[in-house]
Amino acid sequence: MSGLVLATETTFDVPGNVAFAVLAVLMVVAAIRVVTTRNIVHAALWLVVVLGGNAVVYLILQAEFLALTQLLVYIGAIIVLFLFGIMLTRAPLGKSDDLDNNQRWIGAVVGVLLLVVIGFSLTRSWGTDRLDFAAYDLPQVSGVTGTSVQIGGSGNGRTQALANEIFADYLIPFEVVSVLLTGALIGAIVLARRD
Amino acid sequence: MSAAVLGIELAYWQSTLIRVVAGLVAVLLLTGGVVYLYLFKFVSFMQSRLGPMEAGPYGSLQLLAEVGKWLQKEDIHTEDSDRLVFGLAPAVVLSSTFLMFVVIPAGPDLVIANLGTGVYYVLAVSALSVLGILMAGWASANKYALMGALRAGGQLIAYELPMVLAVLGVVIMAGSLNLQDIVAAQAGGEIFGFSGIGNPYVLTQFVAFAVFMIAVQAELTQTPFDMPIAESELVAGYQVEYSGIRFLVYFISEFATAVAFAAVASTLFLGGWALPTSWGLSAGVMNVVGPLVVATKAVLLVGVVFWVRFSFPRFREDQLQKLAWKVLIPIALANILVTAVFKVAF
Repeated sequence: MSGLVLATETTFDVPGNVAFAVLAVLMVVAAIRVVTTRNIVHAALWLVVVLGGNAVVYLILQAEFLALTQLLVYIGAIIVLFLFGIMLTRAPLGKSDDLDNNQRWIGAVVGVLLLVVIGFSLTRSWGTDRLDFAAYDLPQVSGVTGTSVQIGGSGNGRTQALANEIFADYLIPFEVVSVLLTGALIGAIVLARRD
Repeated sequence: MSAAVLGIELAYWQSTLIRVVAGLVAVLLLTGGVVYLYLFKFVSFMQSRLGPMEAGPYGSLQLLAEVGKWLQKEDIHTEDSDRLVFGLAPAVVLSSTFLMFVVIPAGPDLVIANLGTGVYYVLAVSALSVLGILMAGWASANKYALMGALRAGGQLIAYELPMVLAVLGVVIMAGSLNLQDIVAAQAGGEIFGFSGIGNPYVLTQFVAFAVFMIAVQAELTQTPFDMPIAESELVAGYQVEYSGIRFLVYFISEFATAVAFAAVASTLFLGGWALPTSWGLSAGVMNVVGPLVVATKAVLLVGVVFWVRFSFPRFREDQLQKLAWKVLIPIALANILVTAVFKVAF
């Protein structure tokens, strides 16, 4: 019932929600195919659909930079690394039966448990908050009008806000993550070196 | 962005339709022109021959004849190939190419979508083609194709880094990721107080320009970086099992990507569609002249890419990786540092 009331409000973003519904169905189907498909390369390619859908969800939430980062990092790098690793070792065409095991029920239980925990904590914390889509402007063409050229338009507003957050309020976590990743990188090199 | 063209108010779908159709026509015309100009004629003259002369005046309709030939060919695939992935792969590569053109501006109002994160969008979208190449190599059920796809994967990932790092220098200079802002910063900029030609970043960011163009050459897998499709050892790499219309798709996307990267490079480093602000041309004039300016710059840069392609022998695989990781990335990082210091100091 409360959903219906919500849908009649003026701030309700109808196209955004329709797009999200379509995407959500697509992503759930793709996510199920990731674990049920009998071909390991197909599993990686279904994962592309899930992660790409994720990027589009970020776009619907108007987080442009985050959406592009999702594309660049997850699809452009991580999935490519997966495929690279699979193809370098063993990537048979057609169905292979040894991809399945008898842990389906455990997986399903863990999945539902995660859904409940994350869903509950999200609705508990932000259940009444709503993104006011009308409050955000679309990126404007920055001032190239007539012969006067102004620099620094409003097109970068949200990216600049994100940068300010990361490099001011969250500087220490950001740097700690960098150190962690460097450590992982050095570890990988140490493990890979033979001499 | 104004939705009015020549004073006529257009609905959203109308302006979108116009943008998509105009964009496609511009991309295909430029790509066809580049193929004729460089692949058919330029290389022929370099080799003291005439090139195609029969179809149309000076062979100018040769490309249409080739397209007709490819369209008629049988669509074949190998017995063991994964047909769905095999069929999807060219589509992934082609959409990655066409999506790049979405943010490239050709005039004050002539851009399909003026994204705030323009440069980043181009880099993110161009990275998707690796996926299509890996899909093609695996689904072909051919060892040469798989080898080619793996080489391509390694190469494209390696050269994406120097490309992104080189672009950062320009972003620091312009203070924006938006391509229109970068164009405006170059048109209105000045070099040591002299504003007669604006500040095209090829002059002040020449290190970034060199790194970017080398990385572009590698991303396009053009010689000297054509290990993935090396014909003397891998036949044609990931494309080996493709024929007919699917090969045509790879062909179009190879040259359209060259045009796209050249257009990005001319926008980032050569001033894009704009002429220096001090020349005092109005926005209305630039909407007409701008596309010609940026197209000329892009075609000239594609010419550089093909000039290198037809002049140099191929790198070995290890030399190719060494160049990316041990030379280009350190140079690009040093360039970022120096640029940032100068930006803060002046």
